[in-house]
Amino acid sequence: MSVPGLRGTGLLGHVCAAVIVLALIVGAVGAWIAPHDPDFVDLDLAYVGPFADHLIGFDGRGRDLLSRLLAGARTSLLGPVAVVAVAVTVGTLLAVAAAWFGGMFDTIVSAALDVLFAFPGILIAIVVAAVFGPSLRSAVLALAVAYTPYIARVLRGSALRERAQLYIAALEVQGLAAVAICVRHLIPNILGLIVAQGAVLFGYAMVDLAAISFLGLGVQTPQADWGVMVSEGRNGVLQGYPLESLAAGLCIVVVVVAVNLLGERLTDRAQRGAR
Amino acid sequence: MSEAVLVVTDLRKEYGTLVAVDDVSFRVESGRSLAIVGESGSGKTTVARMIIGLERATAGTIRALGRDRSTPARAGGERRRRGAEVQIVFQDPYSSLDPRQTIADAISEVLRLHGGQQTVGELCELVGLDERQSRALPRNLSGGQRQRVAIARALAAEPRVLILDESVAALDVSIQAQVLNLLADIRAETGVSYVLISHDLAVVRQLTDDCVVMQHGRIVERGPTGQVLDHPAEAYTQLLRASVPGPGWKPVRRVRV
Repeated sequence: MSVPGLRGTGLLGHVCAAVIVLALIVGAVGAWIAPHDPDFVDLDLAYVGPFADHLIGFDGRGRDLLSRLLAGARTSLLGPVAVVAVAVTVGTLLAVAAAWFGGMFDTIVSAALDVLFAFPGILIAIVVAAVFGPSLRSAVLALAVAYTPYIARVLRGSALRERAQLYIAALEVQGLAAVAICVRHLIPNILGLIVAQGAVLFGYAMVDLAAISFLGLGVQTPQADWGVMVSEGRNGVLQGYPLESLAAGLCIVVVVVAVNLLGERLTDRAQRGAR
Repeated sequence: MSEAVLVVTDLRKEYGTLVAVDDVSFRVESGRSLAIVGESGSGKTTVARMIIGLERATAGTIRALGRDRSTPARAGGERRRRGAEVQIVFQDPYSSLDPRQTIADAISEVLRLHGGQQTVGELCELVGLDERQSRALPRNLSGGQRQRVAIARALAAEPRVLILDESVAALDVSIQAQVLNLLADIRAETGVSYVLISHDLAVVRQLTDDCVVMQHGRIVERGPTGQVLDHPAEAYTQLLRASVPGPGWKPVRRVRV
């Protein structure tokens, strides 16, 4: 039994895909299935452990942890999805254009990407936060800029290989427009790698966004977000109540591991499939 | 003199200091076919790539059906028009088809592009592909079958000139014979002119009327195919002919010619 699109990724690939689908469902409906109001503060219950229908207890302000995890899934997943969507789109366009035109254009694009490579995502995030103010949007923008070179560099190589195939030359000789050749033929033939790269980057984006939120440059409290929860749980950790940081951290780790394992498997498959 | 479908004049191509093609001129009359023969690296394929517009000539002119194609086409209409004048079948049948596209889709894409009157079924029948094969992906076809597809796709543009760049060289001998017969039939049926690029003199003899011999980027001999191959005037052509293995063949030591 195998789901189309996951062929050749093995049992582990299917398990990872199931975890990701589950996470996405929680992200979509989490706020509504939360057993309690995720923002309801009751300081009497601060750091109280699990009891009754509060399955994993309370955070430092007496808010129900499970509800905050469920409600926080949305921003925690939406951020990386947005980063990957922007980085993959821009990266693919740059890579295909560089491979298609070659020559001077390719040299300039590659040089620009190499320069961009030199700046770590967190550094760009600090700059963007300083300019536009700290928010999820700033963090997403910064990471999208930081990740575009990774996507573009990998895809440029495979776009160049595809560009050199004779079927592309045959279509050029027929008189088919360059855009049509790229959209209908070149990009579909490297789509496996594009998807795989997106999955791998999703994992990194999630960790980096959590780190940016942890630094206070991304999602702002009191909004529920896994990265923010790890950050807010710090005080609890020092006082011997690590549950908030642990629970949020575990959510991040599970999703990231699932996405990365699946991404690696998809990359392997895309490279095996490439003739 | 009949109408010329392809006229190449003083064609030259330089890569840096290397001169790949030097002062090459020839013409192909309507309905006749020309062979370009020569060893590897003699510039044959570069000439072909300049004719179809994949390389830009350093100097010289190329005209097909009286229209110049020496410089790159800018507008889409001009590109399509050139596509309908001259087509090519490449040497390698394995990378010349999109691996994700069925045979029928590949052919119908070109038919739609040029608004041709033929149908996918007619073209498949012309090159001897059946219904089942036309629904297949390239990876499920053999090299010979793929080359038939490449021929059908090129013919879908209804070109007046079809360049065959070592198009049968990658096929094994029995399949080669089938494809050569097919090409001869197609020519009889459609009146298309071939420019056959080959190092295989047997293939050249079977398919062409005229012949030019290239060496180091220059044309060293030209004439009717039979005459050039049977009574070569140039030492290089004699050497090429003597290099063809056959009954009682003895290798010739390569001499500087």
